[in-house]
Amino acid sequence: MTLKVERLVVEHGAIRAIDGISFEVAEGSLAAVIGSNGAGKTTLLRTLSGLKDAKLGKVSWMGRDITGMKPEDLVRRGLSHVSEGKSVIPELTVKENLALGGLWRNNKSELAQSIEEVVELFPRLGERMSQRADTLSGGERQMLAIGRAHVSKPSLLLLDEPSLGLAPLVVEQIFQTISMLCRDRGITVLLVEQNALGALAIADTGIIVNLGTVVAQGDAKELIDDPALRSAYLGY
Amino acid sequence: MQQVINVFLIGISIGSIYALMSLALVLVWRSTRVVNFAQAGQAIVTTYIAWEVVNRSGSFLMAFILAVAIGGLIGGLVESGMMRTLFKHASDGPVAAVAPVIATLGLLGVIRALVGLIWTNEGKRFESPVSTAGFVIGDTTLPFSRLNLLIIFTAAFVMIVFSIVFQRTNLGLALRAAAYNPEIARLSGVKVSMTRTIGWVFAGAAGAVAGILLSPNDSLTPYSLDVLFVFGFVAAVIGGLESLVGAVVGGLVLGVGLSFITFYLGTSLVFPTAFIVLVVVLLVRPSGLFGVKGARSA
Repeated sequence: MTLKVERLVVEHGAIRAIDGISFEVAEGSLAAVIGSNGAGKTTLLRTLSGLKDAKLGKVSWMGRDITGMKPEDLVRRGLSHVSEGKSVIPELTVKENLALGGLWRNNKSELAQSIEEVVELFPRLGERMSQRADTLSGGERQMLAIGRAHVSKPSLLLLDEPSLGLAPLVVEQIFQTISMLCRDRGITVLLVEQNALGALAIADTGIIVNLGTVVAQGDAKELIDDPALRSAYLGY
Repeated sequence: MQQVINVFLIGISIGSIYALMSLALVLVWRSTRVVNFAQAGQAIVTTYIAWEVVNRSGSFLMAFILAVAIGGLIGGLVESGMMRTLFKHASDGPVAAVAPVIATLGLLGVIRALVGLIWTNEGKRFESPVSTAGFVIGDTTLPFSRLNLLIIFTAAFVMIVFSIVFQRTNLGLALRAAAYNPEIARLSGVKVSMTRTIGWVFAGAAGAVAGILLSPNDSLTPYSLDVLFVFGFVAAVIGGLESLVGAVVGGLVLGVGLSFITFYLGTSLVFPTAFIVLVVVLLVRPSGLFGVKGARSA
């Protein structure tokens, strides 16, 4: 087991956004965290990547306790977080956004190679390298955000609602790429989504959260087929 | 016509000094969202040091290099020694917005008092490294001098160095990313606490250059750079407070504008004009000429 979350509690002031969540994600697998607005999904990812402090509980990654570590240090340990809402810097060019993910490695040839790989993943970005990121469409921005995370060479990728606000066709392409990153590149992925059906379809395991607690977790295919979960939490 | 060109060139000369101070303020604003009232104070320290070096060794170049280095050092020390603690302890609510600014105001007072203690409040004469006599063309002597030329070239050189660092280097990319969006920068591995300090270091160095360029052929007192802060701030606001290019353009526009006012309408209108410009920019286009529409929250 590579990513292990144990009895995690996170508070926003007086509000307990995460109330004792525990789960594990196996190395090289794709886990989907499903839940409605306000279920605590984003807070969970922000705590895992170090943007938010946990009140109680423990997060370990590859057997090491990473609770309370800073995001900039976690990147160096292979953890990349694509935060909510097309996390790119609009004022920078596409190329600069990508290069940003590789700055800490300080290795020009590796960076060039990583950027090449991103262009293979998303050819559309290749044509727009010198454009500012604010000229991109929503889908392209999401591709760029994932591309930037990829340039950091993660072994664990945290994705916060990559499908939000995108056209169905683009969503499908993004999900395929995410699945490919996991299957072909061996990256462990934790995917947070409101789009339950789409996310569970590419995931190995599913974790369903509601009001800051885990209400069900297990094999993704079984979760999809569970009629009780369907009506209560998956909404289809 | 010749007169107009002259006034314009003098304006560029003084404007490039405003531009440097404006750059310093914008660098600090971008990295930590603080208007640094102590910027002129930091510059006064380095200018006095430069004055000492010029007096003792006669080398303006050595004075310049030392002032810039110490200016950067002071900037870094103020951020890491004082501001960082403040940001940590006043991280929420209205105090978070006000406390750091007030602290810089306090620091300005302390610095002035210390400078007065060391060098007295009496005006010192800062010798110009080059002739301050105007160039002579035919039988007319222009107000534009070698000193003006030196100022323009030095300021241009500093700005070119800055633009190369910011646009072409990894450090520059990290600094820009941290300024635009600290969270994404951190998630990409940028050590934002370090880029904040570096922003203050660069600002301290730019402020030091502004101080040493403004002072030659003038009287140096612990208060003599206050005017520079005011004009630097107005220039920064014209440029939108966020943009490095805006800071430079703002400084040049203000310098040239005030130069024309001085020559054609008189010195007494310089300050009122600067403040009217400040108010008009804030009313009509608060984001400045180069600012992003819709203010960015810290």
